[in-house]
Amino acid sequence: MKKQPIARLEVIANDIREDIIKMLEHAGSGHSAGPLGLADIFTALYFDVLKHDPKNPDWPERDILLLSNGHCVPVRYATMAHAGYFPKKELLTLRKFGSRLQGHPERTRLPGMETTSGPLGCGLSQACGMALAMRMDKQTKRWVYVVMGDGELNEGNIWEAAMLGGKYRLNNVIGIIDRNNIQIDGPTEDIMPLEDLKGKWESFGWHVLEVNGNDVEAVIDACNMAKTIVEKPVMIIAHTIPGKGVDFMESDFHWHGAPPNHEQAKKALHELRTLGGKIRGEHE
Amino acid sequence: MTDLHLADLSETLLEEPIRKGFGRGLLAAGKLDVNVVAACADLTDSTQMSLFKAEFPERFVEVGVAEQNLATVGAGLAAMGKIPFVSSYAAFSPGRNWEQIRTTACLNERAVKIVGSHAGVSVGPDGATHQMLEDIALMRVLPNMVVIVPGDSLEAERATLAMAKDHRPNYLRLAREATPVITTSNTPFEIGKAYVYEKGSDVTIITTGTMTYQALRAAEQLYKDGIEAEVVHVPTIKPLDAETILKSVRKTGCVVTAEEGQVAGGLGGAIAELLAENHPVPMKRIGMLDRFGESGVPNELLEYFGLDAKHIRLAAHHTIDKKK
Ligand SMILES: [Mg+2]
Repeated sequence: MKKQPIARLEVIANDIREDIIKMLEHAGSGHSAGPLGLADIFTALYFDVLKHDPKNPDWPERDILLLSNGHCVPVRYATMAHAGYFPKKELLTLRKFGSRLQGHPERTRLPGMETTSGPLGCGLSQACGMALAMRMDKQTKRWVYVVMGDGELNEGNIWEAAMLGGKYRLNNVIGIIDRNNIQIDGPTEDIMPLEDLKGKWESFGWHVLEVNGNDVEAVIDACNMAKTIVEKPVMIIAHTIPGKGVDFMESDFHWHGAPPNHEQAKKALHELRTLGGKIRGEHE
Repeated sequence: MTDLHLADLSETLLEEPIRKGFGRGLLAAGKLDVNVVAACADLTDSTQMSLFKAEFPERFVEVGVAEQNLATVGAGLAAMGKIPFVSSYAAFSPGRNWEQIRTTACLNERAVKIVGSHAGVSVGPDGATHQMLEDIALMRVLPNMVVIVPGDSLEAERATLAMAKDHRPNYLRLAREATPVITTSNTPFEIGKAYVYEKGSDVTIITTGTMTYQALRAAEQLYKDGIEAEVVHVPTIKPLDAETILKSVRKTGCVVTAEEGQVAGGLGGAIAELLAENHPVPMKRIGMLDRFGESGVPNELLEYFGLDAKHIRLAAHHTIDKKK
């Protein structure tokens, strides 16, 4: 896809947030905080980093993006619609009967959805399997990106994959951890402490980058940097604000697994449209 | 029987572990198709993947003792067009990684080939933890999954070659101990087909895996008792060959099933479901009856748990009596 200026990407990320709010309100269930926090990362990936073609989702030379924490899929649906994978009006079918936009993503229902996910901890190992296949086929110009939640790192399967990636030095795997410090039951460091997170990944043989995950430009730079690391797989710890862009949702773990009601959605949309009161909204 | 080209049971039969046939089949499949790859969880020799690994080291992945990773790495390999065979002991794969198989292979429609070795009580001295009995039930309930339980090493070899050409997730169940080889290199194998190994009209004995040989021996004894038993070998438990099974049962009017695993959810469960809805008849299920195994030598365990020709014969008499 044609690259766009950062300022334009920031507008797209904001539009994606608005769509996430509308989708969740309409669905009446689903996760709010994670998708909002990931909007900048998904914008960076789909509008700059990834080699992909929305009109040809199975393009054999494409980069692969896996969403391991499937509950955050509203952000992926919204970003894919903005990128041209399917009509934006379909976004309001999220979680409805007969929709291609299942509550948790299903590969077989939606072109461009690279895997089925929801049960946590399975994305990184699939990424490793894909990377191994690419290596066997001598495909050196493709990368597998995998977005994971931080709470998801409680899963043992993640660390099995971490060992494998380190062992085989899978330099075509680029992991992105959504380090938003919350999970369903509360703050990650209360539920099951992850720190020293950087040290953990390094000790498993990964090169670790840390980045502000709500800075589109910084995420793009980190991914470009990751592609230059040839001796190891790379894990990008992306520090994000859960609920980013909606003041009353930001950093409150209660919004991890809840959707906004009509009033809350109205308030959230107003805030997003006015960029937190900084500008007059178009619908005011 | 001539069309099935079975071995002559009156001769001394060659005995070989069923898993050996898998090892040969995988190597052959690897030679036929460059996309066939293998991954193992630290049991390469035991599961007989060592043959493939030696020939195609660059197409082999060692994941270590990590069965959840084994299944999901397999799904990733399959996503890129590979035909991944992933092996461990059945107790661990699919014993430990069921959800990964459910989500990333079955729901995700990725054709991962799960190979579970050392199934059944005939694992012997290792005891109950390693004697997998619930794997057929675990795999059979998963949509899109194919469940294959070969009866000897030659059939395992043919099954492996067939799996490499099948576009669905498959589970292949293998046994550890030497098992009499009752088929020949000319015996047919097709996924989804059951085979009438012995014709008879008094009782249908439906078997899978290691128990098919036992059923054939039971049929010999029953013949001396004046009973003609039909032995239907079911190497594919899912999808079940309902046509062949119902045809036999409509003829004989009673059924014995036999398997080296839990009858609940296993072959016995599958046949009970089929017959209850289509043609209910007196039935007796031989297998593990809601209990675990224990350490011992294979033959004493098989006898203790009633998994042999003697018990199949008794069960046949019981069900025939119930017909009247
Ligand atoms: Mg989190």
